[in-house]
Amino acid sequence: MSTADAPALSGSLPAAPVAARNPARAWLRLFGAELRLVFGRRRNLLLLGVTVVFPVVIGIALRVAAPHPQGGNGPGVAFFNQLAGNGVFLTFIALSTLLILVLPVVVAVVAGDSVAGEAGYGTLRYLLAVPAGRTRLLAVKFAAIMVFGLAATVIVAAVSLAAGAALFPVGPVTLLSGTTVPLADGLLRVLFVTLYVAAGMAALGAIGLAISTLTEHAIGAIAAIAILVVTSEVADQVPQLAAIGPYLPTHWWLSFDSILRTPVDTSTLLKGLLSFGVYAVLFGSFAWARFTSADVTS
Amino acid sequence: MTAISSTGLTKRFRGGQLAVDHIDLAVPDGAVYGFLGPNGSGKTTTIRLLLGLAFPTSGQAELLGVPVPGGVNRVLHRVGSLVEGPAFYPFLSGRDNLARYDAADRTADPRTMPDRIGQALERVGLLSAARKRYRHYSLGMKQRLAIAASLLRPRDLIILDEPTNGLDPQGTREVRALVRQIAADGTTVFVSSHLLAEVEQVCTHVGVMRTGRLVFQGPLAELRRTGAARVVVQTADADGAVKVFATLGLTDTQAGPDEASALLGGAEPERVCAELVHAGIGVRGFWVAAPSLEDLFVGLTGEGFDVDG
Repeated sequence: MSTADAPALSGSLPAAPVAARNPARAWLRLFGAELRLVFGRRRNLLLLGVTVVFPVVIGIALRVAAPHPQGGNGPGVAFFNQLAGNGVFLTFIALSTLLILVLPVVVAVVAGDSVAGEAGYGTLRYLLAVPAGRTRLLAVKFAAIMVFGLAATVIVAAVSLAAGAALFPVGPVTLLSGTTVPLADGLLRVLFVTLYVAAGMAALGAIGLAISTLTEHAIGAIAAIAILVVTSEVADQVPQLAAIGPYLPTHWWLSFDSILRTPVDTSTLLKGLLSFGVYAVLFGSFAWARFTSADVTS
Repeated sequence: MTAISSTGLTKRFRGGQLAVDHIDLAVPDGAVYGFLGPNGSGKTTTIRLLLGLAFPTSGQAELLGVPVPGGVNRVLHRVGSLVEGPAFYPFLSGRDNLARYDAADRTADPRTMPDRIGQALERVGLLSAARKRYRHYSLGMKQRLAIAASLLRPRDLIILDEPTNGLDPQGTREVRALVRQIAADGTTVFVSSHLLAEVEQVCTHVGVMRTGRLVFQGPLAELRRTGAARVVVQTADADGAVKVFATLGLTDTQAGPDEASALLGGAEPERVCAELVHAGIGVRGFWVAAPSLEDLFVGLTGEGFDVDG
């Protein structure tokens, strides 16, 4: 689109000077406003609060439940045996537990609300009349969803790391493959796990954004995303559907345990990231096609 | 130069309903254009087409010489708008709501934003409620905040869709004064209403919609001219007056108990009056009555509820 905008109109007020404002700066300004809107809403802050509380509760529950470091029958939780020996593992326990529903719902709320919420309030028509630009607005919305998903994931990881350190011994990390690595190496792996999970949430965010462009009812969009997640998870558990399993959007979320081995199982990780990327591109394109061509009737 | 123009602009909804039917708008630069029509006649849909919110089924439109919807991102920052009622985030204050919209404007200068928001709020008399959450605004305050949003920057064109909806008579008068003030700055104003009385005092031009079609467009004076004037005389001798009208060749004469009237046609009112007096008719009152704009308007748009499916 041309930015040459010589005010061709004569005889009226000097048109608002269309100074060649730095487009990147204007983009950042809208992005900042979007982040303030998302992170300033009490509802969304409550959701982040939930992601703070859960790891702490899980940590305490497991501390109470843990009989002995070597007691065989702990609760049926992944990584549980490792946790007794090292608090760092609370991060992985919390992430894999919250990935079942809590984190996806947190992302679903913000993603489902992103466009549908604006349409519901009627603010979408005013944003477009500003003009925010349809593509630009959508890109900013997606970026804000990704940041929110990343924030929620980082909070879970950071809080469970802190709770794990407070409740359990911390030291060199014994990986799932049996090798023991220094604590610093273990923490680096925590970082990669967090980023991997955030990537999965970003893909879910793209799906949510696409669904959000289809309706004016944020609640409907949020519910649809949550149902999609649960359906995908259930389908992933059905042996008869094993053939389609790897193509399900939730299939690779828990594959971050590949990072907790030496050598790191990169082929699984790459498949997961490829799946996230494909979902993000596919649904991002769908959202764009829909959002840039649909009449705004709200 | 036209601020808004369209040729054959048409919008057919997916259900098949023709909401806007080949309209050719021509809003001159600097005009205050009253866009009139009953509810459901296609006014808001037309405005949505002009702002690029909806895409036309066929036809072209231009805002300030820029084709829309293709060029909306190049032109809309020069256009302030209020579309189908105010819409803001209920959990934000009035000021924060305006800041949100301003942040979306890639050509707006963030450094001048606080001043511009303050001025816009002051213009609509909302400065004292700036920090109040939108949720707690009254309907009139919401409407005014929407007008403030359209005034965040100097504009070449302001499009106001039913700006007096929900306002009390006092608020209606304030909006009218505001429209006059905006127009005095040289800004073209396009204001839609289903009530002619609300805009006739400020408009220079009108366009009248009826079931998706533009049935009249032109200067207000031209609309007035389409109505035939009648000469009315108040007298005890109505029948005598009617006879005088007849000798002068006036048509459509009517006699009431204390009043007689006839179509003025090409006759001069001064001469009609003189002839009446000359004929010994006791004239108590004498005037020329143009049909009210309201009557002309109703004549164009149809009486009562005519909702075409």
